[in-house]
Amino acid sequence: MNLIERVIAISRRRSPWICRLNAGSCNGCDIEITPLLSPRYDAEQLGIELHGTPKHADIVLISGTLTLRSREAILDIYAQVPNPKAVVALGSCPSSGNVFAGSPLVLSCSLDTVVPVDVWVPGCPPRPQAILDGIARAAKLLEDGATKSQLAKSRLARSQPESRCGRLS
Amino acid sequence: MNAVWSYLVAIAVWPGLLFAAPLGWLELWFMRKLVARLQGRQGPPFFQPFFDVMKLLGKETVIPRGVSRGIFLALPLVSVAAVTAALAIVPLPGNPVPSLPGDVVLLLYLMEVPVLCEVLAGYVSRSIYGQVAAMREAILSLAYNLPFLVAIIAMAQMAGSFQMRALQEVPYGLVHLLAAVTFLLALPARMKLNPFSIANAEHEIIADSHIEYSGPPLALFKLSHAIEVVLLTELFAVVFIPATPWPLVNLVVYLVAGILVLGGVTLLATTTARLRLTQAFRFYWVWGGLASAITMAATLVR
Repeated sequence: MNLIERVIAISRRRSPWICRLNAGSCNGCDIEITPLLSPRYDAEQLGIELHGTPKHADIVLISGTLTLRSREAILDIYAQVPNPKAVVALGSCPSSGNVFAGSPLVLSCSLDTVVPVDVWVPGCPPRPQAILDGIARAAKLLEDGATKSQLAKSRLARSQPESRCGRLS
Repeated sequence: MNAVWSYLVAIAVWPGLLFAAPLGWLELWFMRKLVARLQGRQGPPFFQPFFDVMKLLGKETVIPRGVSRGIFLALPLVSVAAVTAALAIVPLPGNPVPSLPGDVVLLLYLMEVPVLCEVLAGYVSRSIYGQVAAMREAILSLAYNLPFLVAIIAMAQMAGSFQMRALQEVPYGLVHLLAAVTFLLALPARMKLNPFSIANAEHEIIADSHIEYSGPPLALFKLSHAIEVVLLTELFAVVFIPATPWPLVNLVVYLVAGILVLGGVTLLATTTARLRLTQAFRFYWVWGGLASAITMAATLVR
């Protein structure tokens, strides 16, 4: 790894820009993101910036229960994030559907079957410290080139099973 | 040293890219840190603007479907090139470029190019948010350019010549103060800072006109903005701060004056809320127009 690659790798850890994606959340997790930018937790110390557009993001925070309608939106927005990228799943909902599991319009499956998730932040809702920790871990994975999308690209990971969840037919 | 080499040195090294990029990052860091401290936060680490640009350089570029690839990638390059060339004209101490008659006109023209690039970037991106941002930027530039251009033209009127070195040698007087106030009036809008951060209102239209840009082209736009901040502060210092006979002292005075101006503008940005486009436009054409009229009148009286 030459010097410029090393500097870029460090920059990925030191400057993670995040983008929120609400996949059908009750808004609890999203409210817990706002204190990150406030004086109490001050995510800017870690170089974290909240961006509205996926084109500027490095880390996508996905919160909420996956619904039949949000699946396509998640795939679409995930595809718009330029590589290298990481995904952080916020709260219990993306992993299991939480209390909404079994509802007719809810995909009762994990987010991992839709997009590759790098860090899970459990909680309902997770505390802001936990979200900050999750972002910092994802940023470290970006530096090491160890996020699932980066590994899949470098063909080190074994091939991902194609997602079948929620697809008609 | 022949002319070609002196231009190359001025654009690439001093006061061009090699000097302006680190200084621009320093000034951007200073602004972000000051905002954070005023809000009771710790703020970003010292190397944050550098890390941001380096990270963007290492990312993939996503070009939206239906967008002309050539112009999409050319706009950030043109923007950086124009800003750097404009900075190379500013007669900072030790600038190797010879002073040309009429270089003020060239400077003012080159300073409009990044604005034009942002407007085009918004329209080219085919994003509705980008187009709104481009429209806002274009309308705002019609407003803030009135006091901005008048401040420089009043100084040229005093010097009796459109030459940067002549502007520097004007004996200090009332017109300097009036023109400096007029210039400062236009500065927050030129830097897209808070009361006039209408074109990059992230809460209303998500991002500025480079909403669809990602990776190295976005990094170039960020770099262009950093150099533009240096250009505006140093232009203010060179034209409105009285020069001493010692070049090194001048340099220190210019840099300190630049930081002070930035501090003042940042203080204004943190204490104000965003205006609407019509309010900003009216502000510049009423109060900016009044300041411009007084400044021009003062040049005629002397």
